[in-house]
Amino acid sequence: MIRSLPNSRAYTSSFKLYMILYFTFLFAPLLVTCILAFNDSQFPSLPWNSFTLEWFTADLPQRVGIFHDQINLDSIWVSMKVAFFVTLLATCVGTCGAFLFEEENFPFKQSLYFLMLAPLVIPGVILGISILMFSTTLGAYFEESWGVDVGLFRPGFWLVVLGQFSFISTLVALVVSARLKKFDRTLEEAAMNLGANRFEVIWHITLKFLRPAIIGAGAVAFLMSFENFNTTLFLVGSQATLPINLYLQVRDGSTPVINAISFLLITGTSILALANLYFSRKKA
Amino acid sequence: MKHQHRWTLLIFLTPVLLWLFLLIVLPQIDLFIMSFRTENDAGKMVWSITNYYNFFNEPIYWLTFVRTAVYSILVTFLTFIIALPVAFYITKVVKPKFQGFLTVLLLIPFWVSEMVRVYGWMILLRESGVINHFLIKFGILNHPVEMLYRDSTMMLGLIYTSMLFMVVPLISALESLDDNLIEAAYDLGANMWTILFKIIIPHATPGIVSGSIVVFMLTLGNYLTPNLMGGKNSLWFTEQIYNQFIASFNWNQGSAFGFLLLFLSSFVIWVGLKLSKQTLKKVIQ
Repeated sequence: MIRSLPNSRAYTSSFKLYMILYFTFLFAPLLVTCILAFNDSQFPSLPWNSFTLEWFTADLPQRVGIFHDQINLDSIWVSMKVAFFVTLLATCVGTCGAFLFEEENFPFKQSLYFLMLAPLVIPGVILGISILMFSTTLGAYFEESWGVDVGLFRPGFWLVVLGQFSFISTLVALVVSARLKKFDRTLEEAAMNLGANRFEVIWHITLKFLRPAIIGAGAVAFLMSFENFNTTLFLVGSQATLPINLYLQVRDGSTPVINAISFLLITGTSILALANLYFSRKKA
Repeated sequence: MKHQHRWTLLIFLTPVLLWLFLLIVLPQIDLFIMSFRTENDAGKMVWSITNYYNFFNEPIYWLTFVRTAVYSILVTFLTFIIALPVAFYITKVVKPKFQGFLTVLLLIPFWVSEMVRVYGWMILLRESGVINHFLIKFGILNHPVEMLYRDSTMMLGLIYTSMLFMVVPLISALESLDDNLIEAAYDLGANMWTILFKIIIPHATPGIVSGSIVVFMLTLGNYLTPNLMGGKNSLWFTEQIYNQFIASFNWNQGSAFGFLLLFLSSFVIWVGLKLSKQTLKKVIQ
């Protein structure tokens, strides 16, 4: 059954086989995508012709590599910008949320906490359409009442940022709360007794303690924002983010450029993920 | 002292209130209100239940709705069946020195964008895809078959996409299970199935419930995977919402659909929590 009990050979080897199959299932699509980024073919499919880097570097009429593909490069840049602002906003507000629910007391705390968990159980598509509707309602209201046209209320960059922020903050708050729970309150009391005020305590002591959790949560927030599709789909304006842009290309037939982008994404996120794990392990 | 405390409360409370009310509460209320508004013959917006009436009157709408719900439950169940042995193997069977490595290996694919993962499956499964290429090469098939755009491939994609959210809570639930319990049961003559149903599953219930809630919610609200892997036959309810919003530009009908989807997801989660005697707060932690 478990490692400390005698196990039959059939049990052990069939379990091993199951795990091998599982990991094949997990990695097959990613490996194939990566490998086909280097195939010298107009389509992302076999047979294997020969190794080429042209889907990264070429700038030919029939073959434009990713480094020269302006539309895809633009969308990567848009996604970076969105993810940057989402991370900034979500880590700030999420950390405020963690402090609020761990350290403060106020009426209706439980109901507000429940409300904060809500974005986790509301499907992303619903968040997207509800924010789209609400911003349009607000936009129309501003237009009628004051005759001002507020660009923020139309689908576009900032609405995408707000839409992603609305649920990513909850995740940050939960991660930071988990760390804050382990915080030794006597440290705060000691600093208070030595004459520090509440802000100094939070700034010098509590935030120092929380730093690994905040950085980890920030990395997760960045990745979640970078790859978000469901919420973004409804809020996106003329500047498509990378997942939206890839979706449009894949839907209408694909070229190995998409494999090249995927290869960069897979290696990039894996490195980021491993670095994050390495640092969080070192801290723990 | 007291005075200072009020200030910090205000500083923490304000951004959180702004966030939750402006981006969650008010938009949901707006969604609810808009779903009861419709254009009358004179082109003016009036209160009505037409949008909901349309939903129940058009079989395509409510059939898609039911289909999405049933498939999401099925996907959640299958994900659980596949993930449980994996979590068990990593926490209880494999040599401890491999534990960390396998866990990391397990997580890596899910850091990659869902779009890329779905694309990978498309390259594997489509008519000119890699699997067909090998099947023909080894003489198993004579001509390629289209493996995409079927319900089964759509399910496969949905299971793949949501696997992580089941495996991780299961691993953390099983980690806290004392090996002695299993050993004791084994010494007393319990067989594998008894141990599974009397010890492992009861102990892992919080993990199972939280994994299932997240998987169910993500599957129900998924647009990308059904759309790309299921194709035109996918008939996923989020696509109906998308069509109403983007293609037909009937936002009121779309909000009614959105609200129904929200209701469905909350209802199933509520039933799940009640059946397993858990609370949302406990499950999320």
